[in-house]
Amino acid sequence: MATAAAPAGSNYLTNGSSVASWLLTKDHKRIALLYLLSVTFFFFIGGVFALLIRLELLTPQGDLLQADTYNKVFTMHGQIMVFFFLIPVVPAVLGNFLVPLMIGAKDLAFPRINLLSWYLYIVAGILMLWTLALGGVDTGWTFYTPLSSQFSRTNVVLAAVAIFINGFSSIFTGLNFIVTIHRMRAPGMTWSRLPLFVWAHYATSVIMVLGTPVVAITLLLVAFERLLHLGIFDPALGGDPLLFQHLFWFYSHPAVYIMILPSMGIISELIACFSRKRIFGYSAVALSSIGIAVIGFLVWAHHMFVAGISVYAALVFSFLTYFVGVPSAIKVFNWTATMYKGAVTLTTPMIYAIGFLGLFTIGGLTGLFLAAIGLDVHVTDTYFVVAHFHYVMVGGVVMGYLGGIHFWWPKITGRMYPEFWGKLAAMLGFVGFNLTFFPQFIVGYLGMPRRYWMYAPEFQVWNVLSTAGATVLAVGYLMPLIYLGWSLRYGEKVGDNPWGAVGLEWMTSSPPPTENFLEIPVVTWEAYDYEHIKEVPVVY
Amino acid sequence: MLKYFPIWPDQASTFAGNVDALYVFLVLVSVVMFVLIGAAAITFAVIYRRRPGVEATPIEGSTILELTWSIIPFIVMMIIFGWGAAIFFEERTPPRDSVEMYAVAKQWMWKFEHPEGQREINELHVPMGRNIKIIMTSQDVIHSLYFPALRVKQDVLPGRYTTLWFNATKVGEYHLFCAEYCGTQHSNMIGKIVVMQPAEYELWLNGGNNGRTSLVSTGQKLFTELGCSTCHKSDVQGRGPMLAGVFGKQQLLQDGRLVKVDEDYVRESILNPQAKIVSGFQPIMPTFQGQVTEEQLVSLVAYVKSLKADASTTTAQATPGQVK
Amino acid sequence: MSTSETAGSHDLALRHQFVDSEQQRDASSMGMWLFLVTEVMFFGGMFTAYLIYRHANPAAFMAGSLALSVQYGAFNTVVLIGSSLTMALGVRCAQLGQRKALVGWLIATILLGATFLGVKAVEYTEKWENHHVPGPTFNFDTTKEPSTKDHPEAQAPSKSVEMYFSLYFAMTGMHALHMIIGIGLMSVLAWLSWKGMFGRDYYAPIEYAGLYWHFVDLVWIYLFPLLYLIGRRHNF
Repeated sequence: MATAAAPAGSNYLTNGSSVASWLLTKDHKRIALLYLLSVTFFFFIGGVFALLIRLELLTPQGDLLQADTYNKVFTMHGQIMVFFFLIPVVPAVLGNFLVPLMIGAKDLAFPRINLLSWYLYIVAGILMLWTLALGGVDTGWTFYTPLSSQFSRTNVVLAAVAIFINGFSSIFTGLNFIVTIHRMRAPGMTWSRLPLFVWAHYATSVIMVLGTPVVAITLLLVAFERLLHLGIFDPALGGDPLLFQHLFWFYSHPAVYIMILPSMGIISELIACFSRKRIFGYSAVALSSIGIAVIGFLVWAHHMFVAGISVYAALVFSFLTYFVGVPSAIKVFNWTATMYKGAVTLTTPMIYAIGFLGLFTIGGLTGLFLAAIGLDVHVTDTYFVVAHFHYVMVGGVVMGYLGGIHFWWPKITGRMYPEFWGKLAAMLGFVGFNLTFFPQFIVGYLGMPRRYWMYAPEFQVWNVLSTAGATVLAVGYLMPLIYLGWSLRYGEKVGDNPWGAVGLEWMTSSPPPTENFLEIPVVTWEAYDYEHIKEVPVVY
Repeated sequence: MLKYFPIWPDQASTFAGNVDALYVFLVLVSVVMFVLIGAAAITFAVIYRRRPGVEATPIEGSTILELTWSIIPFIVMMIIFGWGAAIFFEERTPPRDSVEMYAVAKQWMWKFEHPEGQREINELHVPMGRNIKIIMTSQDVIHSLYFPALRVKQDVLPGRYTTLWFNATKVGEYHLFCAEYCGTQHSNMIGKIVVMQPAEYELWLNGGNNGRTSLVSTGQKLFTELGCSTCHKSDVQGRGPMLAGVFGKQQLLQDGRLVKVDEDYVRESILNPQAKIVSGFQPIMPTFQGQVTEEQLVSLVAYVKSLKADASTTTAQATPGQVK
Repeated sequence: MSTSETAGSHDLALRHQFVDSEQQRDASSMGMWLFLVTEVMFFGGMFTAYLIYRHANPAAFMAGSLALSVQYGAFNTVVLIGSSLTMALGVRCAQLGQRKALVGWLIATILLGATFLGVKAVEYTEKWENHHVPGPTFNFDTTKEPSTKDHPEAQAPSKSVEMYFSLYFAMTGMHALHMIIGIGLMSVLAWLSWKGMFGRDYYAPIEYAGLYWHFVDLVWIYLFPLLYLIGRRHNF
């Protein structure tokens, strides 16, 4: 109706090849690919910093970098990885591509705002790189005041503005998803039939919309303090440095769920497809996403048990933290149970999914250590915390993301990745990851504080192991970059639905046409109905 | 083996055993959970691998199972919560008989002061078997005092006091770290805590201690020098409230609020006297902001704490509403 | 991208991603409301800081508040409420398809908004001249300031009053920034309205700009008492 009918055989990739047709596109699938390129770029920038950190920590002395260089390196590693990779990676790439396809919509509700989100991300990214070119920031990604507001001599304002702008990119993405999921579902696509990937994105979007503005204003206030002397966090004016921490973690703790929930959504899709079964306890898994999003807003001060909050506040936040543990545990149990009496194939995506299960379980269980306040006093601000959040945010998010990228690669490109290399990379990534981060739990319990440029000699052996693991992990992350690139040209053409999966996204051609579906589908079946749908027809 | 691959920090305080026990318990819980999930996932992946002609058995889910694997972990978690909270309460409740030491942190140095007036930098000597309470503040950014061997850590904030206490149980030298990132030389803001036999500690305290004045005396001297004593008189009520015996009590303020007289309140009253005026007094005290260092403040606080009320003045002071 | 649906209604502007115009209306109105939710959270951070610091330093906040001009604040409140009225009338005209009246009301709204900002600029200038702007030049002695010297309950150290003014400038500054964005938005819409972009069938942008404008007004309705009136409870 709206656009002239595309010629037969045309898809979103072939519909225009000029630079403008990409940079001014309003097609969610093309915007997803723009994001794919840009988050990959930032991932490798952040990765270079990670390697520099690991190399420096190979020996107890500070021999490779200067102290202030090292501080800038870990700060930029954190800021780039958190704000420019982990937060956007799954929603902005896979979510953007798949949410409209999965609910049977022609696009997101606001395609122009979607494009604006990408441009905001790019502007923020350029500002971040500019900060980098001017020498970086040395406040840690957490921007704690008064170090950031008064004492740091680096470009804090520029970095804060970059993250502020990036925040709007995230807000608009979340807003777009919420409206799309509410208003654009195809006929028959009820809430109880939504794929769990969409449920997870819904929960994530709620956090993006409610949380991001708070961190945006908080960082802006830090910038005001540096630029205009508005001393809202200045202890000399009676300003409370803990207020900054409260406001910061009010967003930045839920932000962890912004990162992990979409990956959990991917895992649900992968395990259902490769067990050829409906997800065990569909509603429990769907509701647990919402549960995590809601409770996630009530636990922020568990980052501050030794920061100077009262004993009673600490008790309450510790108690509530265990309530987040329950929905996370429910998900893990249900995924495992889904494989029971299934018909399991261990493809690359499924190996990533099982790897996710293992790493996320460790990440979640070590969260229990940190939530136990008496023990947290010892391990907080040590490498134990570093290991814990890498297990969740890298072990969890990146494993899920890579699993998803492999799973939907034939949908996105129409070509298959090489299975052997895929499996090899998945396993290398799993082994390398554990080798890198497991020793950090031990060295953390020994008492090695985080953000240390030099450390006591008895910590060295674990750091050497960690650095060795990091090189393996780096290979595991570089390989997909190479063979996925290769497959764009040489990959096998595998048809529209190589996995025999039943989501709506598989009922259109691969790659999908610009309008997604030639005709809006009408949904008459439940999600993951592998029992009744043996081979989905590509009808739409 | 453990020599080259250490997995256990020294245990040198009364907290260490309990914290480590909880840690071991959590490690066990984690291993059990991880093995259960891992074994299940791998077993299912092998036994139920896809074979031609064999279909997956459709299973919708099970409310009973959902409840089981919500409630059982929750109960285990509540045990962990209770255990962790119990340890935390102990860690945050310094016994009354604690020896009070003071710490002032700055980029990138720890300054400690013993009640006897002994000062140390990046090194803290403590007697074994005594309860030690450290009252801390920062001159600049947030720091965090961390003794891994004692399993205690507390952030040190500018503009207020935080405290930490422990009872060391093993003689030796242990790490002292700054655990909150504080700028360029964060990883050099380290030192050691030396736990000594009480007798040796006494010797150490007295070593070279000719003419050194105690913290309280330093505070008293300063109290006179700064002119505090002209209004805060020790025997009769002056233009400012009498300070003897007020520490640790509730004080009625002009605006009707009650405030507990603790280290923070004394500090605030010196730097920001008009913030909380004692009922019945005029807001005439000038601020000493910028005129006293954090270390001098610490000695003033120690001095005010040391002022014990005479029997004759206690009644008047305990009910400030009567003071006019 | 957008094509005419039926003859007679000029450019219904149904975007390609929507099935019908009802879906489009629902979606865009929901989007706008969600955006306002993010704005609430945005200002919420500052209101939280305000509440905490005011609780800690009631006297300083009273002192700072006494130094503000209620006359300016009240005048601006009236101006903004008036601009909400003109905005609402503008939306009404858009719905009725009255093009010229719509442009007129939008321009009235812009003018009222500009008046508000003008008064704000005067206030800021006065603050600057009186050394009430936080920073190295800040000076506020509650025992000497004419506005506070006779108020014993508003005696507070200069540093604490500086915190009040930090919040004052952060909050009113962010509010003013929203006003400036609003005026920019209105200007574009006035121009588009003049060119006949909106009519009885398509006035959503006017409606949503109106929602935004009312939201910005509402923020001021909270800011005015919290910043200007708290010190004056005894005088009424």
